[in-house]
Amino acid sequence: MNVTERILARASGRKRVEPGDVVVAGVDKAMVHDVSGPGVIKVFERLREQGIDTGRLWDPSRVWIAEDHFVPSAEKASAENIVKLQDFAEKYGVGRHFKYGMGQYGICHTLSHEEAMVMPGEVYVGGDSHTNTTGALGAFACGLGHTDVAYVLLHGRIWFKVPPTALFVLRGAPPAHVMAKDLILRILGDIGTDGAAYGAMQFAGDGVYGMPVEERLTLTNMTTEAGAKNGIIEPDRRVFDYIGERAGAGAARAAEAGAAYGDGDASYESTREYDAAELEPMVASPFSPDNVGPARDSSSVELDKAYIGSCTGAKMHDLEAAARVLKGRTVKVRTEVLPAAMSIYRRAVESGLVGIFAAAGAVVGPPTCGACCGAHMGVLAKGEVCVSTTNRNFPGRMGHPESRTYLASPQVAAASAVTGRITDPRDLD
Amino acid sequence: MRGRAIKYERDNIDTDVIIPGAYLKVHDYDELGRHAMEGLDPRFRERAAAGGSIIVAGRNFGCGSSREHAPIALSRSGIRAVAALSFARIFYRNCVDGAFLLPVEIGGEAYAAISDGDELEIDTGAGTIAAAGKSYPTRPFSDIISRIIAAGGLFKAGLDG
Repeated sequence: MNVTERILARASGRKRVEPGDVVVAGVDKAMVHDVSGPGVIKVFERLREQGIDTGRLWDPSRVWIAEDHFVPSAEKASAENIVKLQDFAEKYGVGRHFKYGMGQYGICHTLSHEEAMVMPGEVYVGGDSHTNTTGALGAFACGLGHTDVAYVLLHGRIWFKVPPTALFVLRGAPPAHVMAKDLILRILGDIGTDGAAYGAMQFAGDGVYGMPVEERLTLTNMTTEAGAKNGIIEPDRRVFDYIGERAGAGAARAAEAGAAYGDGDASYESTREYDAAELEPMVASPFSPDNVGPARDSSSVELDKAYIGSCTGAKMHDLEAAARVLKGRTVKVRTEVLPAAMSIYRRAVESGLVGIFAAAGAVVGPPTCGACCGAHMGVLAKGEVCVSTTNRNFPGRMGHPESRTYLASPQVAAASAVTGRITDPRDLD
Repeated sequence: MRGRAIKYERDNIDTDVIIPGAYLKVHDYDELGRHAMEGLDPRFRERAAAGGSIIVAGRNFGCGSSREHAPIALSRSGIRAVAALSFARIFYRNCVDGAFLLPVEIGGEAYAAISDGDELEIDTGAGTIAAAGKSYPTRPFSDIISRIIAAGGLFKAGLDG
């Protein structure tokens, strides 16, 4: 069995599973945020109307809550959803609730690794499609809708069809200015937005294991854009150390003890190999994450805005990469930097990154999903063009249906902010 | 199930156009229904009000965000089924587990044959979709999906059987 199959076998009490088997898996951790949380609350209301008991959660200590999509609240409906979440947490005794404006909070997928909320080998489900992100820690991490998450919160288990796994192997270290984002965009261009539909995407090879954990998270994050059920990377020492730095030596030991790996007869539905030396800065042009080409081919595209934010592109490593480009330069278009969690924001202040962004003329905003999903805080007007470190560029994703978003790495976004056009960071040197 | 087709001849109709992100804060089901397909088709409500109740579309319908708002908005606007070449996984699960509407996978021949406004008949027992006097096979549901559809959603089906 490969690592995804091993985790699902373990979680469903089976010796062996194969792609296509339907299993009922025990869940280790479950997450809701300020969109899926109120959605689940609504499902609970409807269940009570049918006489179904929603009096207690299966295990409140395994449930956690993020406030990310609509914070800070722009209007009443959002503010009321935050109150609903707080009432829910109190009623059901959910202690891990990361509240806006009270210390650590941020985008759910960022908290999952920043706070080591999920351990290698675990089954983790979240009420958000980019839950796949956390698979970079070696967990089976999968996004679900409100009804399914409601079922998990009440029963602690859920059905899955065991996915076939596609393996992506990176050989060698990427050249300067090439980031994990460029690799995953390249892969999306190769396989398309349903290229891994219902499947698992696993990443391996010395090129992947040479990446810091935060870059690996960019790879698994955008497996969602290929339609994948989960993205996963078997954990190594770097992952255990990363967890140890955030949750202590005991957590690091537990992570190592619980880690799952494929065995000698692990099989994969397909294998694709990439030579890191051949990678280059990429963009995904409107209106699909698989509409991909070299950034240099889009250098005539004039921009209105650069957005450095989201679970995909505003981790500490992403901000450092953007700051290296922006240091000593000035932005030519409206530029926003939104660190993905408060812990990252603090480090960005302490290490001087915020000063670099401000000196370049960019606005540094609070952690939020914000404009990435067209919700609030910097959405696009009709006809506006944006380069963004986020993960989707469907029509209307970041604002008006006739706005246009180019997806790119933090380095490409920063270089483009400086010139006002889509720019390969190598062309700034 | 009988209904009139609303056909979109395109792939990757994502949940951002089915119900745009600005409505994610809304949890009133009828209110969501009033904004269904707002990102793609300004005439959608008119077409649904005129009796269109089965959406016909291409590959990867419902891709993108996991928002259950998408099948909720479609069902509350009068849509009872989506017949597509393929579906994105979370949207498909949400349709079935929440018992909002029926996702039916059709083949290329049916997709090409069905025109906007056609009267369709979906027979889940026989595994067919009929249009203009001709019947086409639909992809069979897996056992668990059949069981959940028959029960009327995940909570009614349970996971013990």
